[in-house]
Amino acid sequence: MKILVAVKRVLDYNVKARVKSDQSGVDLSNVKMSMNPFCEIAVEEAVRMKEKGLAEEIITVSIGPSQAQETLRTSLAMGADRSILIEIDENVEPLAVAKLLKGVVEKESPNLVIMGKQSIDGDNNQTGQMLAALLGWGQGTFASKVEKDGDQLKVTREVDGGLETVGLKLPAVVTTDLRLNEPRYASLPNIMKAKKKPLDTMAPSDFGVDVSPRVVTLKVTEPPKREAGIKVESVEQLVDKLQNEAKVI
Amino acid sequence: MKRAEFDWQDPLHLDSQLTEDERMIRDSARQYCQDKLMPRVLEAARHEHFDRDIMREMGEMGLLGPTIDGYGCAGVNYVSYGLIAREVERVDSGYRSACSVQSSLVMYPIYAFGTDAVKDKFLPGLGTGELVGCFGLTEPDAGSDPASMKTRAKKVDGGYRLSGTKMWITNSPIADVFVVWAKDTSEDNAIRGFVLEKGMDGLSAPKIEGKMSLRASITGEIVMDDVFVPEENAFPDMRGLKGPFMCLNNARYGIAWGAMGAAEFCWHAARNYAMERIIFGRPLAATQLIQKKLADMQTEITLGLQGALQLGRMKDNGTAAPEAISLMKRNNCGKALDIARVSRDIHGGNGIADEYHVIRHAMNLEAVNTYEGTHDIHALILGRAQTGIPAFG
Repeated sequence: MKILVAVKRVLDYNVKARVKSDQSGVDLSNVKMSMNPFCEIAVEEAVRMKEKGLAEEIITVSIGPSQAQETLRTSLAMGADRSILIEIDENVEPLAVAKLLKGVVEKESPNLVIMGKQSIDGDNNQTGQMLAALLGWGQGTFASKVEKDGDQLKVTREVDGGLETVGLKLPAVVTTDLRLNEPRYASLPNIMKAKKKPLDTMAPSDFGVDVSPRVVTLKVTEPPKREAGIKVESVEQLVDKLQNEAKVI
Repeated sequence: MKRAEFDWQDPLHLDSQLTEDERMIRDSARQYCQDKLMPRVLEAARHEHFDRDIMREMGEMGLLGPTIDGYGCAGVNYVSYGLIAREVERVDSGYRSACSVQSSLVMYPIYAFGTDAVKDKFLPGLGTGELVGCFGLTEPDAGSDPASMKTRAKKVDGGYRLSGTKMWITNSPIADVFVVWAKDTSEDNAIRGFVLEKGMDGLSAPKIEGKMSLRASITGEIVMDDVFVPEENAFPDMRGLKGPFMCLNNARYGIAWGAMGAAEFCWHAARNYAMERIIFGRPLAATQLIQKKLADMQTEITLGLQGALQLGRMKDNGTAAPEAISLMKRNNCGKALDIARVSRDIHGGNGIADEYHVIRHAMNLEAVNTYEGTHDIHALILGRAQTGIPAFG
């Protein structure tokens, strides 16, 4: 089996996002960027499948600026075999990402695409679903467990009411949830080996995809500051406030 | 022209001076240290407990002997080695000690001076952390003056017999491999290195109890009572103090980075504490005294890291003289100790509680400022280098 994993370079999850003064977006100058945590989980899952002998090759792909090469190197250090960067400086919306990934799928013919359920910057949670629809493949989203079952893939999904298990015919698209696995740390010898693994760079035009945005961002603002709470004197006062001020009981 | 943005955590953009690999190695080491070491250190230091598994975990990450090329090691440059030391010591100087002893003082001399038999036997296990190593130079009566050591190696059939005592030896009570320096009586008391193994007759390593510093790492003695060491375990060609000093140069270089990691922790902790602590109706950080202290910390750390990086680049291109290493080891340890003490002070009464971590760093840095050449001894090295007059005696 050949697995394609999509990874995105995002603002590091430990960094507090700051809004640009002109409210046009989040300020990304001089801040730490790293691999989207859900994408790390996707790479880890692919590497585990390869370690179990279920996959022969793992290709990682990223769509972003040239610095996204570092994100791809991290995936190579975790155990992917080779990488493709589709280089573009502008922000690419989920539909364009899905179309580009479809192009990569047609070129590489993987049996399985694994990707994060969403990126922690855009929080769109759309790309995996769109890609599956464009390809006409089955999809297992929000995966918390992925097992090979004959020639099918059994995917346990985290849904609102509990866990749902679906059987997918391959090829298919799987998107990862937080509890699927705990990604490994890239060890030093593997970081050094990753330098020698192939990393190809392509352009959106190589896939004939129009990446111009369909959505206009009007403005970006910080979430409102939380006001300090108050202490109530008695249970009666609390009940009164819940009834008359908050109107929740 | 647009006003450039100031990054208060990295004023001189150290990050931009690193290569992609160096940043990846740093980030991976930081992630491991923060996720796996930080949650353990409070209890470890409180109860003077060293978790043996840490060596295996560090081995798995490739943090042991990382500059060695071959024997399963990563073969990274010295800048990367320094970045690792900084991340480990950001958590605890004791953990960094365990790591740098294994890398610089055990694996390095075996790799650089050992026979092929000794390299093949020990390096793979030391690299994975299956084996723990220690380094015996200091003695109860020979610290800053190692030439006065009393440990002797006597030539006998098929090898040597070693007698003597080594003191303040990181890792010794749990060590499997001992790199010991002794005077070879058959060669006019030339100092030579020997590799000893746990279980050899006459070899013991009692633990030193009651340390108030580096409590998360284990320290002991090495007691040798006529221990037989086979010929192949002696370093065949290295003679004199040059051997141990070459090891110490590598370790001291790592300490120059490591101490800055501990200092950075203390600085950030002081800043956070001062921002949150309300006193006389305003944050502690709103006072001039505190801001001056924070500015001093930021300045010394920024300069100390620039020095460490330049020293690393010099090590990588072969131009780092031992005196340059003395300069950075001395400066960064002394400054880190000052920063930790001031951070402890800013924390007020809370600063003495181990949960705030700064008192632990301050106590650790007392040892770090002393071991591998004290602050004053490095001053004498630098004094001799610029006047030509040795003032040790």
